[in-house]
Amino acid sequence: MAKADILGESLWDAYSNKVTTLMNNPQHQGELFEAEVEERGNKLIVADFGAESCGDAVRLYWEIDPKNDTIVNSKFKSFGCGTAIASSDVMTELCIGKTVQEAVKITNIDVELALRDTPDVPAVPPQKMHCSVMAYDVIKKAAGLYMNVDAESFESEIIVCECARVSLGTLQEVIKLNDLKTVEQITDYTKAGGFCKSCIKPGGHEAREWYLVDILADTRKEMDEEKMKVAADAGATGNFETMTLVQQIKAVDAIVDENVRQFLVMDGGDMEVIDIKKGDDYIDIYIRYLGACNGCSSSSTGTLYAIESTLKEKLSSKIRVLPI
Amino acid sequence: MQVYLDNNATTMCDPLVVEAMQPFFSEMYGNPNSLHKFGTASHPALSRAVDQVYTALNASDKDDIVFTSCATESNNWVLKSVWIDKIVNGDKNHIVTTEVEHPSVLAACRFLEENGVKVTYLPVNDQGVVEAHTVKSFITEKTALVSVMWASNETGMINPIDEIGLICKEKGVLFHSDAVQAVGKIPVDLQATHIDFISFSAHKFHGPKGVGALYIKDSQELTPLLHGGEHMGGRRSGTLNVPFIVGMGKAIELATANIQETMAKIRTKRDRLENALVELSDTFVVGDRENRTPNTILISIKGVEGEGMLWDLNNGQIGASTGSACASADLEANTVMLAIGADNELAHTGIRLSLSRFTTDAEIDYTISHFKGAVARLRAISSSFALQKPTKGGSVQECELHH
Repeated sequence: MAKADILGESLWDAYSNKVTTLMNNPQHQGELFEAEVEERGNKLIVADFGAESCGDAVRLYWEIDPKNDTIVNSKFKSFGCGTAIASSDVMTELCIGKTVQEAVKITNIDVELALRDTPDVPAVPPQKMHCSVMAYDVIKKAAGLYMNVDAESFESEIIVCECARVSLGTLQEVIKLNDLKTVEQITDYTKAGGFCKSCIKPGGHEAREWYLVDILADTRKEMDEEKMKVAADAGATGNFETMTLVQQIKAVDAIVDENVRQFLVMDGGDMEVIDIKKGDDYIDIYIRYLGACNGCSSSSTGTLYAIESTLKEKLSSKIRVLPI
Repeated sequence: MQVYLDNNATTMCDPLVVEAMQPFFSEMYGNPNSLHKFGTASHPALSRAVDQVYTALNASDKDDIVFTSCATESNNWVLKSVWIDKIVNGDKNHIVTTEVEHPSVLAACRFLEENGVKVTYLPVNDQGVVEAHTVKSFITEKTALVSVMWASNETGMINPIDEIGLICKEKGVLFHSDAVQAVGKIPVDLQATHIDFISFSAHKFHGPKGVGALYIKDSQELTPLLHGGEHMGGRRSGTLNVPFIVGMGKAIELATANIQETMAKIRTKRDRLENALVELSDTFVVGDRENRTPNTILISIKGVEGEGMLWDLNNGQIGASTGSACASADLEANTVMLAIGADNELAHTGIRLSLSRFTTDAEIDYTISHFKGAVARLRAISSSFALQKPTKGGSVQECELHH
């Protein structure tokens, strides 16, 4: 928190004028009825998304000219707050005149952009982005009904955060590339989880299939496993002397993790590798003792001998271990 | 016309209260702990305020009523200090409270849970009331404290405080009540009810914001929350907030003098408003009127989302409140609404209207008319009242997205 957050922002002050105007006077609110649409030789599609018991619901009506798949008229009904009504209104506006195939490309981002007063100021506060997502979902559903395909088929990748439209693939890549460790960092890098927050963890506004906490944990686990594999591979090949410094450190760490560290930890101590220096006759590994090992009498005798002989056996006979 | 119907959130400071406070800003501004005449000048007004508060609640002279900064402080004080006194430094480990408490009780309880305390959150019945026998059945030998609000801020429903008090007395368990929504609205007699602690706040009964109090029966032990000087007998340190304490005394006196008569007047207006609103189809009001604070209505309007309704009321210059998830920063449904149940509808369609003694008949008339107009407009937009059925395969059977 900082100065700007001390009093918090008033929810309604963050709505754009367009949101306010459309909430007060929606332009495309209403219904289309089967009989009248058919009389004009057109096809009526009516799709629901959400439910009153969920807290928000929208019903979308499309009058489609079957000759060219064009949406010639569109209406909506909405159970929802001001931003839900305004989002639904703009959604119908965006649909009119488009073919069904074009309409299905409209995303919640387009809906939100259309509600802005100025291009670079968001139309709604972050938690209200969710309302425009409903508009996007109901379009996919209507298109699926018309084209007789599953609404899911319009999505080529798994979208984890619908508000910011961030895919699972993007999230995994960003976590790995930037070594991200917290959900807050993910939000800073990708905006995912920065809006309605449903995708952060279970128990939010909306139940989701994927959650950022799980994706983070799984990706971190994958990264750790990769690291271990690299170290193990390096150790297993036996080419310690020709490895890069980083590979050597990883290999030493892996051997220490596997054979030595648990005994040190049991006695309340630990060790870390500080540096590795390659000479002609010897490879000197500089280590530092931590915790109870530091100053322990056997740290320069028995313990040191055990560490050195293990590393010699597993990696290279040229190794000397030097505590500093 | 503008109409303020959010008096359970806060109230207008009575001009008579402001007048009583006025001299203690720039005329009698001394620190009451000082020995000189500037300091002692406020003493008569302070002791009058103390008398006013004790009289209003019929507290005994053996009891302590300590002024605090707000009821949130009072609630935190009781919960955290009982924890220190009876759990950390005692042999208890359990606190009983309800699912419908104010966040200052619930969040403090969650904090205690994180620190190893066992907390039982009691459910309420379909009236939003916690039943005394439920409280009784959850008290164990390890229970340090029972904390049950006197009346609900959301529904106005009044809990059986007398009965719960007797149960706690019999079981030898401390009993606290967050009485913020009771004091000034309904009679509170602290010698007729067995209760160890109550929290209350001046701004809920036309006093200023920023001053509250904690009642402590028989001046019993309770470790201070704020350590410091010797203010309030060492129970709560910090220089006395003289004008606000004076204001609280005046406000509680005004609110409780002739309380039966005032209650009846507010209730007549409330009932007239409620009768008119439930004439609308597909509406319901939570809780029996006889067991409800006389100023409160929590009404659910089918097909009309709470924040949208609040928006339309605001456009008509009417201030009300909603527990709708859409109106909260985290979009999470109000726990009180969920606890009362009603198929989750309340969580999205509940509108709370809370009157005060300043609400006029003309304001009620205006509200009835505007409220009905807003419901008509929003129901005309609402998908819940749409006629054309969805295309085959296009309907939603149940809430498939949200938990």
